[in-house]
Amino acid sequence: MKGAWWKITALVLMAYTLIGGLLLEVPRLDILNETIRNLYFHVPMWFGMILVLLASMIYSIKYLKSQDLKHDLWAAELANTGILFGILGIVTGMIWAKFTWGAYWSGDPKQNGAAGGLMFYFAYVILRGSFKDEEQKARISAIFNIFAFAIFIPLIFVLPRLTDSLHPGNGGNPGFNAYDLDSKLRLVFYPAIIGWTLLGVWFTSLNVRMRTVENQLLENE
Amino acid sequence: MKSIISEINVLVRKEVALEWRERSNLNGLLLYTISTIFVCYLSFNQRRVELSPITWNTLFWIIQLFTALNGASKSFTQEAGGRHFYYYQLVSPQSIILSKIVYNALLMLLVAFLGLGVYSIVLGNPIQDPWMFAVCVGLGAIGFSSSLTMVAGIASKAQGNNTLMAILGLPAILPMILMLIKASKNAIDGLARSQTLDEIMVILAIDIIVITVSYLLFPYLWRS
Repeated sequence: MKGAWWKITALVLMAYTLIGGLLLEVPRLDILNETIRNLYFHVPMWFGMILVLLASMIYSIKYLKSQDLKHDLWAAELANTGILFGILGIVTGMIWAKFTWGAYWSGDPKQNGAAGGLMFYFAYVILRGSFKDEEQKARISAIFNIFAFAIFIPLIFVLPRLTDSLHPGNGGNPGFNAYDLDSKLRLVFYPAIIGWTLLGVWFTSLNVRMRTVENQLLENE
Repeated sequence: MKSIISEINVLVRKEVALEWRERSNLNGLLLYTISTIFVCYLSFNQRRVELSPITWNTLFWIIQLFTALNGASKSFTQEAGGRHFYYYQLVSPQSIILSKIVYNALLMLLVAFLGLGVYSIVLGNPIQDPWMFAVCVGLGAIGFSSSLTMVAGIASKAQGNNTLMAILGLPAILPMILMLIKASKNAIDGLARSQTLDEIMVILAIDIIVITVSYLLFPYLWRS
């Protein structure tokens, strides 16, 4: 059980997010109505994705420094988790958009940026698949991962801010800070971010362990 | 620093001399652009005024995009494999990547402006602020080549080079092309130049990021 404290934290926070997020009181607002609860599910996906992809890039840098294949494995699996978070973020966002903006996809710059960013990481997965040699695969994909993150950041942070967006806090829309004057939302929102991110890391570590065992089995054959 | 600049100078001259001797890459790219433009012209097959400025602009940039992809993909595959080892012994890897970027930018500038000429002859020219549009085309050529040279280096290490180049390259120039289309649309509409300053700054910032990252990462890439 030693070293399991963060897994327990993740479980507790996830349970709190699910129960508290669906049952606690939220501000009553026009248009948003009860969909405001999606704040606990949609927004943490993006926080989780950025953090996980950042970690993935750091592991790629570590790999280039150390040539240790374990770091490459972590980078790859963290990127996979980032992709999962990204897809979930887009899906939860689309559902939210359907009920508030009236359409699943309205060409919002943040929607487009997120989709473009995901394309980058799909390319990363395909790049990894096109090498026979492990060392070569690890090094080239680490380079691409760092390169991708460097372009991904302006794509997702800078570009949407230059254009009008339907998202809160952009193009003259009030940010969420204007809504939660009584901080009711924050009470669940911040734990939700930590919970989802920890869950992502847990998920990644399971994948890494599975992949390590698979590699071991292949070597023993 | 001084040695890097002189190395880059020599390497760019070498690239240009090699290209000028054969001219296969340049001619190929020119023919690629012109035939794409011609196919677009025939496919639209309507009076040029009917092509709305937005369509005109987008089509132009899409053609530029694929020309750049094709041009850059040859950066590291042109010369025989053994010769790379020879260069790597003589010069630093940083000057190799920078010289490739400079050379690709020169090539793209030439092809882009010639392409723009042909494009506006056959499909009309709705541009109201030609100088601003020229700045956009120049920035585009430089931006595409700086983003794509590193991608070409990565793709050349893998098998299945051609598809991979497009897959890896398209997301890499996505932010760039969005900004370029916006800036050049402003030029077409003849808006005040100060309106376009934001986009130009972002394009330059992306260029700086991409070139810095390429500069830092290329030494790891060529080792294989």
